Amino acid sequence: MLLELKNVVAGYLKGVDVLQGVNLQVDQQEIVCLIGPNGAGKSTVLRAISGLLKPTQGEILFDGDNIAGLRADLTLRRGIAQVPQGHSSFPDMTVHENLLMGAYSISDRSLRQQRLDQVYGMFGMLIDRRTAKAGNLSGGQQKLLEIGRALMLSPRLMILDEPSLGLAPITARAVFDTVQKLRADSGITILMVEQNARSGLAISDRGYVLELGRERLEGKASTLLNDPRVAQLYLGGSAIVDDSDESQPVARKGKQP
Amino acid sequence: MSVMLQIDNVSRAFGGIVAVYNCSMNIEQGKITGLIGPNGSGKTTLFNLITGVYPPDQGSVSLRGERITGLRPSQLCHRGLSRTFQITRLFWELSVLENMIVPVRQVGLRPLFGASIHSHEASRAMELLRRVGLEHMANQPARKLSFGQQKLLEFAAILMSDPDAILLDEPAGGVNPTMIRFMMELITELNAQQGITFLIVEHNMGVVMELCQHVVVLNFGEKIAEGTPVQVQANPLVLDAYLGN
Repeated sequence: MLLELKNVVAGYLKGVDVLQGVNLQVDQQEIVCLIGPNGAGKSTVLRAISGLLKPTQGEILFDGDNIAGLRADLTLRRGIAQVPQGHSSFPDMTVHENLLMGAYSISDRSLRQQRLDQVYGMFGMLIDRRTAKAGNLSGGQQKLLEIGRALMLSPRLMILDEPSLGLAPITARAVFDTVQKLRADSGITILMVEQNARSGLAISDRGYVLELGRERLEGKASTLLNDPRVAQLYLGGSAIVDDSDESQPVARKGKQP
Repeated sequence: MSVMLQIDNVSRAFGGIVAVYNCSMNIEQGKITGLIGPNGSGKTTLFNLITGVYPPDQGSVSLRGERITGLRPSQLCHRGLSRTFQITRLFWELSVLENMIVPVRQVGLRPLFGASIHSHEASRAMELLRRVGLEHMANQPARKLSFGQQKLLEFAAILMSDPDAILLDEPAGGVNPTMIRFMMELITELNAQQGITFLIVEHNMGVVMELCQHVVVLNFGEKIAEGTPVQVQANPLVLDAYLGN
């Protein structure tokens, strides 16, 4: 087991917990896909793992160590690299400079060069465009650059937040292929959030369906793809509003119609 | 049943991105209608087109048969159409009570910073604050409210102008379950007792399916389905829109 979340609670506003006790596990060399409707807390799970958000409760075990609340730069040093949602490359820097930014914490020149060679080896397109400004790349190329930049530290766990967002279907396909190839070639473990649930599950080993801050379903990706309960979680039909708390925060309620 | 809002072939593009394309729908008077769709499907853009935040490139919007395309939000408020925003927009340093008075002043009764609050305005405002459970906060600055309370205040404030139709942009977003339940009861009551028409954008499907009598589904800016909650839930096109291909 590389990563394990135990009862993780986290949120952005006081009193509003986006994650209400999330449990999930990612094995070495697995591709795990997190899906779920808007506001389920998918990106928040990723932010809690990478240290961009401090959980208020729970444990996040990475290789057995509890890293909950650890700063993002420290989780990165431990081997967790996140590729955020949307475009995160530095648009005015060249492709090459962007890759070097990914290796800012490596002071050993030969190691840095070695990583550069590896990344250029994996993404031939990046060599061709190495002096181009990142902002001039297509959306799909930028996404590959961001993945390449995350690989510069040779992470053990790569976290991808909606890699296909805003990409044309054929480009999204190329990004998904790259993710699969990465795992096959370098044995990296991947945890990914994907809005296009079917595409995301199609390249994953396992999946979790998150809904309103809790993991509701877990299973083999191929099984989840055909599970009618997934549709229910997306389109309602489940008792979504928590009624267990009968107390009213307000002084007065009007008459029931 | 008569039509409150008629949306006819409305389109709007931003640069090369077509956010809403050729959308038509009727929002029936006295009903609670839900507007759903995956991220980026054009829901808020459609809200903005209806409420005059920006005009459509083509198409028209009518309120009770009268064309309102291109009218400003303040003019629409005067005609009985009000809205809330996904992210609340309040005057943080004004008191909760003063925030209630602002929309009334906007419709031109009196300059905003003129005379002190009139007693009939104040009593109406307090009555509404009581209704949403915020009367104990009336003299506190709005910034002291929790996010859920801010949403309730925004909701109460638009009730000051006695709207016939209310557009709510994610009333349950970022709000705790108890408050969501309260908000749903409030909407149901206002609809049942005062006949207020609601159009609601909401991602919390439990809320949509329980609250709405009719649901319209957008995907990539186009209307792909509409019907009762049960019909929409069973529609494979809707499922494809949400789960991808």
